[in-house]
Amino acid sequence: METLFASCIGFLTACGVFLMLRGRTFPVVVGLTMLSYAVNLFIFASGRLNLRGAVILGTAENYADPLPQALVLTAIVIGFAMTAFLVILAIRARADLGTDHVDGKLPTPKQAKREPRR
Amino acid sequence: MTLLWILLLPLFGTLVPLLTANWRRSACAMATALPPAFALMIVLYYGSAVFVGESLRYTLAWVPLLGLDISIRLDGLAFLFSLLILGIGLLIILYARYYLSEQDSMPRFYAYLMLFMTSMMGIVLSNNVLQLWLFWELTSISSFLLISFWWHKSEARRGARMALTVTGAGGLCLLAALLLLGRITGSYDLDVILASGAIIKQHSWYPMVLVLFLLGCFTKSAQFPFHFWLPNAMAAPTPVSAYLHSATMVKAGIFLLARFYPAMADTDLWFLLVSITGLTTFLVGAYLALFKHDLKGLLAYSTISHLGLITLLFGMGTDLAAVAGVFHIINHAIFKASLFMAAGIIDHESGSRDMRKLNGLWHFMPITATLAMVAAASMAGVPLLNGFLSKEMFFAETLHQHLLGSLSWVIPVLATVAAIFSVAYSMRFIHDVFFNGKPKGLTKTPHEPPRYMRMPVEVLVLLCILVGVAPDYIIGDLLHAASFAVLGTEVPEYSLAIWHGVNLPLFMSIVALAGGVLIYINRKYLFDFQNSLPGIDALSTFELVMKTLVKRCQQFYGWLDNGSLQRYMVFVLMAIIVLAGAPLLQLDTLYGGRPELPIDAVNATGAAMLLISAFATVVFHRQRVVALLMISVVGLMVSIAFTRFSAPDLALTQLSVEVVTIILLMLALFFLPHKTPKQSSPTRVLRDIGLASMVGVVIGSISYAIMTRPFTTISDYFMANAKTGGGGSNVVNVILVDFRGFDTFGEIAVLGIASLGIFKLLTRIPLFKPSSDGEGRPWALERHPLLLATVAQSILPMALMVSVFIFFRGHNLPGGGFIAGLITAVAIILLYISQGVDWVKARMNIEYQRVVAIGLMIALCTGLASLLFNRPFLTSWFDYFDVPLFGEIELASAIAFDLGVYVTVVGSTLLILASLGKMTTSHRPTHREPS
Repeated sequence: METLFASCIGFLTACGVFLMLRGRTFPVVVGLTMLSYAVNLFIFASGRLNLRGAVILGTAENYADPLPQALVLTAIVIGFAMTAFLVILAIRARADLGTDHVDGKLPTPKQAKREPRR
Repeated sequence: MTLLWILLLPLFGTLVPLLTANWRRSACAMATALPPAFALMIVLYYGSAVFVGESLRYTLAWVPLLGLDISIRLDGLAFLFSLLILGIGLLIILYARYYLSEQDSMPRFYAYLMLFMTSMMGIVLSNNVLQLWLFWELTSISSFLLISFWWHKSEARRGARMALTVTGAGGLCLLAALLLLGRITGSYDLDVILASGAIIKQHSWYPMVLVLFLLGCFTKSAQFPFHFWLPNAMAAPTPVSAYLHSATMVKAGIFLLARFYPAMADTDLWFLLVSITGLTTFLVGAYLALFKHDLKGLLAYSTISHLGLITLLFGMGTDLAAVAGVFHIINHAIFKASLFMAAGIIDHESGSRDMRKLNGLWHFMPITATLAMVAAASMAGVPLLNGFLSKEMFFAETLHQHLLGSLSWVIPVLATVAAIFSVAYSMRFIHDVFFNGKPKGLTKTPHEPPRYMRMPVEVLVLLCILVGVAPDYIIGDLLHAASFAVLGTEVPEYSLAIWHGVNLPLFMSIVALAGGVLIYINRKYLFDFQNSLPGIDALSTFELVMKTLVKRCQQFYGWLDNGSLQRYMVFVLMAIIVLAGAPLLQLDTLYGGRPELPIDAVNATGAAMLLISAFATVVFHRQRVVALLMISVVGLMVSIAFTRFSAPDLALTQLSVEVVTIILLMLALFFLPHKTPKQSSPTRVLRDIGLASMVGVVIGSISYAIMTRPFTTISDYFMANAKTGGGGSNVVNVILVDFRGFDTFGEIAVLGIASLGIFKLLTRIPLFKPSSDGEGRPWALERHPLLLATVAQSILPMALMVSVFIFFRGHNLPGGGFIAGLITAVAIILLYISQGVDWVKARMNIEYQRVVAIGLMIALCTGLASLLFNRPFLTSWFDYFDVPLFGEIELASAIAFDLGVYVTVVGSTLLILASLGKMTTSHRPTHREPS
C-alpha cells in the first residue's frame, strides 16, 4: 500500500510541476492545486498510513496520528485561500495587461534576443 | 556602565556639532571637543588598573542565543589605542577649526569626524567580534564621508569610492573570517576566541580563516598590493589625512593583527604571509615615497611603508618583535600625524603642496619649519627622537629571526635598504620644502599659521622629543601594558634605553642615515630612472576594472533574471532536485523496514482513478473546462483517500474545499480564455516532462522512505492530554483550537488577509464581459433555473443546521469550525448561484469584510480573555454543567475560539466567491473614497 500511496504522491507532484511550468496562468493555477493535493498527502503520510485507526479518544486501541491531520486541515484551507488569491491575481493581470501569459507579455521570438534589463 | 560611556560619549558627540551649528566657530569646536575630552578622562581614570595588567569588561546581553552582546573590554592595547584615538582626535578638532575655511561646513565635518571616532573606539573596545566588525565597517563608511567631504572635487569622490570599495571588500572578508572563527570556537566572544588559539591553529579551516582575516587587515592597513587606495584618499581635507590615514584608521588593520595575535599567530603560514607582505610594503612604500612631488603623496607612501614595517614586526612572531610593533604604532602615530598637520599648514598658508614649487619656506615660517623638521627627523630615525628607538628595536629583531631559513639574512639587508629610502624621503621633505632656494610660482606669500593651528603640531613634536629622550619615563608603563595585552603572556625583558652600546642595529642605523643622505644628494639619477619606467595610474586602472566587473555582473544578472517566470521555476525546481535528491543517493535502500499494508481492491480502484484523472488533467490542460472537471475528480479521490486512511476531519474539509475551489475556478474561467494556445516547443515540453518526472520521483521516494520507516510521534502527548487538558476527545480539533491555537489564529488571519486582498484586487478592475464562451457560443440566457432555485432554497436551512451540528460536535467528534464554516459558505454560495446576486442582496445585505473582521476579533478576544486570569495567551478553559432536560453539557472557551474560526472561514470564503461572482452585476466591488 505504501508503494502505491508514494507513487500517487510522486505522480501528482509530477503532474502539478508540469502544469506549473506552462506559460499561461490558468494551467499554472490548476498545477498548483494539484501540487497542493500532493503536498497534503505527503504531510498526511508522514503520520504513516493507518487503515482502521481511531481519531476519537476512547473508541479503540489503535489511533491515527492526529498531528499531521491537524497540520493538513489548516493547509487545505490556506491552500484554498492561496489558490483563490492567485486566480484573482490572474484575472486582474489579464484585465490590466491584456494577456494571460505568466510574464505579463507574450515571449518574443527567439531570434530577437532581448537586452538585459536595466 | 562607566566603560560604556567611553563609547557612548563620542556617539552623542556626533550630534553636538549639528546642534551647535549656529554658534560661533570656536564655540562649536569647543562644544564638539567636550564629549571626547570626557571620554578621554574616563579612559585615563582606568589607567592605573590597566597598568597593573587588569582588563576591564562590561557586557550587556542583547540576543544571547545568537551570541550578540554589547560587550566592552578595556585592556592595555585598547587603552593605548583609546589614548591615540581620543587624544589625537582632540588635537584634530582644534586643528580643523583653523584649517577649514568659511565656505566649508564645519559642523558637518565635525559630525563625520565624531562618527569616525565612535567607530574607531568601537573597534578597539569591542569584546565581541561581531560588534567589532560592525564598527569596522562603520569606519569604512565614515571615512568615505570624510574623504569625499569636498564632494565637488572629482578626485575626492573617486578617491572616496576607491577607499570604500577596497576597505569594504576587505571588511566582507573579515566578516567571513570572524564567522568562521565563531564556528570553530563556538563563541563570538573575543575572550573565548583569544583563549582558544590552539584549537584554531589546529583546525582544518585555519588557512582559509587566516587568509580571509589577513585580507581584511591588509586592505584596511593599505598593505601591498592593496596600498593604492591610500594615496588616492589624500584628496581628503588634511585633518582627515592626519587622523584617519596616519594615526587611526589605517592602524585598525594593525590593531587586529595585534588583537588576534594570541589566537592566530605563531604558525608558519602566519610568518610567511604577514612578514613577506610587511617587508614588501615597507620597501615599495619607502621607494615610491621618494618620487612623490605632492607633500601629502610623499607622506601617504611613507605611511604605507611604516605600516609595512609594523606588519613585518608582527609577522616575525617573536614576542620582542610584537613589543617593537606596539612601540612603533605609538611613535608612528605621533610623528606622522604632526607631519600631516604641518603639511596641511604649508598647504593652507602657501596655497600649494607641490614640492617642485615649495622651496625655502624656512624664511617664511621658521617655527612650523622647525616642528616639521623634528618630526621628519623622527620619521627618518635620527637619534634622540622617538622614531629612532623603535627603528633600532626593529633592526635588532630583523637580526634575530629565522623566517627564511638560510636566506634569513636577506631580511635585515632589505630592511636597511628600505630604511635608507626612508631617510632619503625624509631628507627630501625637509630640504626641498624648507631650503633649496626660493619658492617658485606660489599664488600667495607663505606665512606662519594662526597660533592655535600650530598648537597640535607642537604638542605632538614635544611628545616626539620627550619619548625620544626619556622613553621609559613617558611611555614605559603604557608600552608594557599594551604589550602584555597583545601577547597574553608575560612580556619579555626589553630595554628602552637610548644607548645600547656599539652593536649591529646601531651600525644599520648609521648605514641607513648615511645611505639616505647619499641617495638624496644623487636623487637626480634615480628620478630620471623612475621617470623612464612606464607609469600606472592606479585610479583609472581601478575604475576600469570596476567598470568591467559591473558590466560583467550586469550581463550575468541579465542572463539570470531575464523576466521569464518559467525560467525561474526551472531554476527552483532544479535546486529542489539537487538538494532533495542528493541525500537520497546516500541511502542504501529506500525501504525502512516497516511492513507494508496490503492493497485492497477499493484502494487500488481509487488510486487508479486518481492517477487516470491526474493524467487526464495534464493531457487536456489546454481545454480548460475539461481539465477542471478532471482535477475535481482528483480532489474527490484525495478526500476519499483521507476517509480510507482514518482521517474523517480531513475528508470533510477536503470535500467542502473541493466544492468551493471548483466553483471559484469555474467563475474564473468566465473572465479567462477557455483554451490555452499551443505555445511550448516540443523540446520545451520534453524538458518539462523530464523536470517534472524527476521532481515527482524525488518526492515520491522521500515519501516512501518516510512511510516505511519505524514510527515515533510527539502526538502521544496530545493524545494523553486532549481530554484532561483540552476537554475534547477529537484530538485533531483539540490540537487546532487549543494546543496549537496560536498557529490556527495565524492561519485564519492569513485567510482573512487573502480574502481582503482579493476584494481589493477586484475593485476598479477594468471591466470586460465576454459575451460568449471560447468557441463563440453565447451564454445561456435562462438565468436561474427554477428547479435549482427551489432545491437551493430548501437546502439552505438544512445545511445551516448541519453546520451547527458539525460545529458543536467538533470538539469530541469529527467536525469543527473550519468544516462547519465551509459547509455554511457552500450553502450560501448555492443560493447565489441559483437565485442571483440581486435576490440574495435584497434578503441578506452583509458586508463580508466585516464578517472576517468580527471572526478574527472573536478569536483574538477569546485568546486575550485568558490574560485576565493571568494565564498565557489562548489558554483554554472548560467545565461540565448539568442543565435540566439536556443533561450534562460541556462548555469550553475553545468553543468560542472555534466560533471565531467558523465566522472567519464563512466570511473569507464568501468574500472571495461573492466578490468574484458580483463582477458581472451592478454590485461589483467598487472603491469608495473616504469622505
